[in-house]
Amino acid sequence: MYRESQIIRNNTPDNYMVINVGPQHPSTHGVLHFVITLNGETVVKLEPHLGYIHRSIEKMCESLNYRQFVYVTSRMDYLSSHINNHACALCVEQGLQVEIPERAQVIRVLMDELTRLASHLLWWGSMAMDIGALTPFFHAFREREMITEIFEETCGARLTMNYICPGGVMADLHPDFQAKVKAFLKQLKEKLPEYHELVTGNIIFQNRTKGIGILSKKDAISFGVSGPTARASGVSCDVRKRYPYELYDKLEFKEVLEDGGDCWARYLVRMEEINQSVAIVEQLIDHIPEGDIQAKTKAVLKLPKGEFYSRVETARGDLGVYIVSEGGTTPYRIKFRSPGFSNLSAMETMCKGGKIGDFVAVMGSVDLVIPDIDR
Amino acid sequence: MKFSLEYITKSVDGWLNATFNPTIAFLIESVIVMVLVIALFAFLGLVLVIMERKVAAFMQIRLGPNRVGPKGMFQTVADTLKLIVKEGFTPNNVDKFLFNLAPFIVMITAMVAMAPLPFANGFQIWDVNIGILFITAITSVSVIGILMAGWSSNNKYSLLGAMRSGAQIVSYELSAGLSILVIVMLSGSLRISDIVAAQADGWWIFKGHIPVLISFVIFIIAATAETNRAPFDMAEAESELTAGFHTEYSGMKFALFFLAEYVNIFIVCAVGATLFLGGWMPLHFGTGTAFNTVMDYIPGIVWFFGKTFLLIFIIMWFRWTFPRLRIDQLLNLEWKYLLPICLVNLLLATIIAIAGWHF
Amino acid sequence: MSKEEFKEKLAVTFTSAAFDESGQWLNMTVPAAEWLNVASDLRVLEGAPFDYMFCLTCVDWKTKLTMVYHLECMQTKDIVVVKADLDRNNPEIESVSYIWRTAEFHEREVYELFGVKFLNHPDLRLLILPEGWEGRNPMRKDFEDPVNMIKL
Repeated sequence: MYRESQIIRNNTPDNYMVINVGPQHPSTHGVLHFVITLNGETVVKLEPHLGYIHRSIEKMCESLNYRQFVYVTSRMDYLSSHINNHACALCVEQGLQVEIPERAQVIRVLMDELTRLASHLLWWGSMAMDIGALTPFFHAFREREMITEIFEETCGARLTMNYICPGGVMADLHPDFQAKVKAFLKQLKEKLPEYHELVTGNIIFQNRTKGIGILSKKDAISFGVSGPTARASGVSCDVRKRYPYELYDKLEFKEVLEDGGDCWARYLVRMEEINQSVAIVEQLIDHIPEGDIQAKTKAVLKLPKGEFYSRVETARGDLGVYIVSEGGTTPYRIKFRSPGFSNLSAMETMCKGGKIGDFVAVMGSVDLVIPDIDR
Repeated sequence: MKFSLEYITKSVDGWLNATFNPTIAFLIESVIVMVLVIALFAFLGLVLVIMERKVAAFMQIRLGPNRVGPKGMFQTVADTLKLIVKEGFTPNNVDKFLFNLAPFIVMITAMVAMAPLPFANGFQIWDVNIGILFITAITSVSVIGILMAGWSSNNKYSLLGAMRSGAQIVSYELSAGLSILVIVMLSGSLRISDIVAAQADGWWIFKGHIPVLISFVIFIIAATAETNRAPFDMAEAESELTAGFHTEYSGMKFALFFLAEYVNIFIVCAVGATLFLGGWMPLHFGTGTAFNTVMDYIPGIVWFFGKTFLLIFIIMWFRWTFPRLRIDQLLNLEWKYLLPICLVNLLLATIIAIAGWHF
Repeated sequence: MSKEEFKEKLAVTFTSAAFDESGQWLNMTVPAAEWLNVASDLRVLEGAPFDYMFCLTCVDWKTKLTMVYHLECMQTKDIVVVKADLDRNNPEIESVSYIWRTAEFHEREVYELFGVKFLNHPDLRLLILPEGWEGRNPMRKDFEDPVNMIKL
């Protein structure tokens, strides 16, 4: 409230209106708080206020050892927790110089892609919901439920999996894994045309998204935007292609690029990414090699003195884990470069001059996860 | 023996007039009508809410309410009880008088608009000679209630919602009125019983072919917009304005808005059914055919409610499948597309009415 | 471009910088006072303009603070890490939010967590922490909060 009154005092002409969108608002997908200055319905200024769910994970990690800190990171971007764990594991492995067994690598990539599918399905539902169609949400959850079931069987959890750990993965795959994944792929492929019929082809949806929230390529690079949001502006920034990790250089998939930079382009990029993820899972699901699921590592991990940085592509963009080690069992300093934080900074550029309805559409298409921004 | 509610109304009216003097008879009749309207109101609220939830569940591949009563049919009764028992909360710094008045205005306009609706042959509260004009006039008053609610709530979301709603209802009133005018022109009367009687040899949607079809589609769009239903629910757009004009309302005052919304849907659908689908008039083709006689055995009230609920289902179908329009797109749709089409259509209908090219 | 070639190329332009190629990427330490010049030159560097800043952070070394900037060139995929040491008692450095706009938010985050003052920053306010936390910097190593912090 204090902040709002300050903004009103400082820079509000008489015909402007300041509204608080959030911290509890249906379209901010969590506790994000925007203070929006409106001229009628038009957005003049948009200012995010963060910190409502800040748990200071970076500080917390400084007192956790290299095996423990991975589990906290599932709580950052809770929709792609496998990928968060993966990034941390990669960073620690880079310091330890260990080679991961091939089976573990395949499992990791499979889990990453399934997570991406789950995240994109949820995004599809929630974006449609932001634009006003409630039904797609339930249809998306029908398919997402199958993925969470697969995760539950193998990892024991449905949301914060904590499955990928430094050295490999925690446990072996559930015996039903392959059959269930195949059943899921079959179902998803059957239902995707339905999705397009329900939302993509809808003229109202197209009107609401085409030409809305345009982010130019130059701005996207300057704002450090990554992930599908940047790729919709024509920025080739897929970490899986640019700096391949694990098996990604051996897999066949396309980096989806659009050059519209509007909500519609972001929508198309994510929808096509669903297809690409399906293709990756299909390439791997029949070729899971036998072998160990963990490399041999010591019980207490010690990283040599130095700095380690790993980058992975989450469902939202480029996640970086930066560890500064002093040679102990705990990180001296750890920094998570979260994709949402940078994507959020571009929000004002995208929303300025649009209507409130456009702001909601942009929020939906950028797909922010608030704990990922606040960490 | 064809069943008709006219016998009941006629005999009650006759008995009252024979027993009391005309003034007292009229007063007693008014009380009966009031009780019946309020009862219908409560009934419609309960039925339409459960219907909406079941339709939504059907569209969204889930079960919907299924705990209270058989198949969850008493869910809305439970909800209503909850809302009645809830504290009627009035926030600080609101304009108390307007804040408390607004839900009643919305509610009362919905009630009054019900007066000229013919539920069956001769079963009509007030067969006024400007019936259809009366309904359009009264339903547009509800926007005052909405504006009042939005303004007095002292909430920016409410204000935005109310302003949107005002712009929207005022604009869509035009298309609704113009599409109704087509039927008025073809029937040659504003009296609703005349309009229904004109459809004794076929409903207008069949008899009036092209212009009536166009005006029917426009009427359905305008009706959806006038009742603030998705995809035109700009006034309460929950992803943008949390709950729009009724953000600050709770308890029974909220329930009144909620109920008024559903009753308004019923009214516009009933008007649509009466004008385009013959109201209580059974499905007739031509005059005196055997088919007509068979159809006459189905009571008029079944026809009326059947048609109305069909339209209500269509409007619910819209809500659960379409995304929401943006406010400027909404107004563009009205002023740039629907209004010109309406005017051209009116001209077309005039030519057809004069030349007698309808059936 | 290999790290050595790259270092040689950069060493020509940036004479005051110290290079370290032992890590994953080429590291380059510059004096804090020269950071703005280095940054503007890197942004328009011939052949490999570093247009994408993907990470901006700070490390508290107890005796000094170190700003760490991770820069990437979108065309050539080159990455360079630029570091600048700051005085811990009065940390000040030029803001680069006019060069890479993503820096605006990241610098605000560093400002509140480490207390680094960014000169000429367009809007240097608290971003995550609530009012009243100015001057208390939770990510510094000597930060104490007996109520909420549990020492392991």
